[in-house]
Amino acid sequence: MPKTLFEKVWDAHVVSQEDNYPTVFYIDAHFIHEVTSPQAFDGLRRRNLPVARPRRTWATADHNVPTKDQHLPIKELLSRKQVEMLEKNCKEFGVELFGLGHPWQGIVHVIGPELGVTKPGMTIVCGDSHTSTHGAFGAIAFGIGTSEVEQVLATQTILQNKPKTMKIEVNGKLGKGVTAKDIILYIISKLTASGGTGYFVEFAGSAIRDLSMEARMTICNMSIEMGARGGMIAPDEKTFDYLKGKVFAPKASDWDEAVTYWKKLPTDEGAVFDRVELFDATDIEPMITYGTNPGMGIPITDRVPETVEYMGLTKGQEMIGQKVDYVFFGSCTNSRIEDFRMAAEILKGRTKAPHIEAILVPGSTQVLKQAQKEGLDKVFADAGFELRDAGCSACLGMNEDKIPAGKYCVSTSNRNFEGRQGPGARTMLVSPLTAAATAINGYVTDPREFI
Amino acid sequence: MNKITSTAIPLPQENIDTDQIIPARFLKAITREGFGEHLFEDWRKDKSFILNDKTYTGEILVAGRNFGCGSSREHAAWALKDYGFNVVISSFFADIFKSNALNNFLLPLVVSEKTLAWMFEMIKTDPLFEFTIDLEKQTLSTSSRSFLVSFDIDPYKKLCLKEGYSDMDYLLEKKSDVEKFEKSRKYDFHVRL
Repeated sequence: MPKTLFEKVWDAHVVSQEDNYPTVFYIDAHFIHEVTSPQAFDGLRRRNLPVARPRRTWATADHNVPTKDQHLPIKELLSRKQVEMLEKNCKEFGVELFGLGHPWQGIVHVIGPELGVTKPGMTIVCGDSHTSTHGAFGAIAFGIGTSEVEQVLATQTILQNKPKTMKIEVNGKLGKGVTAKDIILYIISKLTASGGTGYFVEFAGSAIRDLSMEARMTICNMSIEMGARGGMIAPDEKTFDYLKGKVFAPKASDWDEAVTYWKKLPTDEGAVFDRVELFDATDIEPMITYGTNPGMGIPITDRVPETVEYMGLTKGQEMIGQKVDYVFFGSCTNSRIEDFRMAAEILKGRTKAPHIEAILVPGSTQVLKQAQKEGLDKVFADAGFELRDAGCSACLGMNEDKIPAGKYCVSTSNRNFEGRQGPGARTMLVSPLTAAATAINGYVTDPREFI
Repeated sequence: MNKITSTAIPLPQENIDTDQIIPARFLKAITREGFGEHLFEDWRKDKSFILNDKTYTGEILVAGRNFGCGSSREHAAWALKDYGFNVVISSFFADIFKSNALNNFLLPLVVSEKTLAWMFEMIKTDPLFEFTIDLEKQTLSTSSRSFLVSFDIDPYKKLCLKEGYSDMDYLLEKKSDVEKFEKSRKYDFHVRL
């Protein structure tokens, strides 16, 4: 019987299945970070349990770290304690940590792929909803809560009910200035912030195939913003090229054997999905959100369709020209080297508007080093941007980086919830191109003006 | 948990995300306790917010559709539970929140849009109106018995709620299955070198 990519990976990880019980599901790789793991380690201690497979657990510090002066001790006491607790837990339970100061430190969903931990056909979980990012490699990857983090640490398995499958096909060529971020914001605006709940999504079609691995990660990253359990994209030559030579990618004959297996993973001809949605890439324009959930997105050239008091935006007003105070480049959605190259293309030889506070936060220490190697740091500095150290930064209003109340922030991140970037902060989600163009003009700007 | 009879607190907004339930800046704690104090912290600054209105009390929260969307933070379930809620009723729950709630013996109870609208109306009319949730019978009713609907729950999760049994208890019993699975796998390129 023909199978979907999801079904193939799912079936290969079923440990056991009893009637009237969920599936005992095996996890190949488990990412942990400082915020959602301390209570899980505490639970292990209470039950007197070890970490079952420490070599399948990967730790880093990202959510609650400063992005300035990372080499110095963390100033804020609670944050410092939380990061120290991760160090202590990793040491006690034998888990390797890529913590602050480590050359591989960064946002979990950026370092997994760039180290080659993330591979096709795997199952990956993390106590973070954006774990769906790793699906870009043809993996089943999804976010979990802390109780589940504890279960995975203790057993390397999790209990799961098999979700329904949905195929989202995007065909055709993208227009000028339209990026992966615009594709996913467009899809969510059509399906709504809850439209994918209960489904595991496979993104397919020529527009998706044409995307780079970084761009595919941006798409899968935001699957959760329409409520989907996860998103995935079939592995192909681009996937293999990206992985080849990465630190934790298979080597020599293992590599060949792995590629042979990975090539069998794509959805079979005739496989059936529970639901199929079709989109045309030529319909997609640069997108921006005007409201307080990621489903509230519109083409940047549109007018605000409804008044949103929290955002201070009125029905009928144009988005283009809307004043902006902050521009934030970063987050697990758009903080990879390709995102920075995109931004640099527009920013080269230009400077930000004087009133704009612009920060650029790389997704990992490796991305930062690469940006410096390519001279992008110089482009950003000349444009008046502040280039920071790696971390989640102003995406979630948890660490030092926050947007003040009432201020408008054009952001390459993934959530525009009330207070997400700090109490009272007003977030507008956009692509790196739109963020760069907006920084230059100082108000919401169509990136096509600069391309 | 088996039977709960309580008044309810209405929160009709839709798409209430976990950043509202517990803002990220309160996620610096390293224990599970004390999050109730910061439940809906940013909304509670508004004096007219429902949790500040002492007319409404109870261990049931009735909320608009797509409750608990966004971040996977289990702190949202901890905060609701710590505040004193044992049941959240909505017409639709986000996936991860639902698992987190169940793992903390907080019942996410799904009703139809119609029932939800009726409940909001009833609570508004009479804040002392009591609802009864019978887990065994899988029913939601009013004491007068004039209203009764049944609800679905995964049979395994029902067992967990009734017996105080957790996923961890179940998974730990499967240790030998896991070892067998690992030995029998044909492809495993996923272990670090």
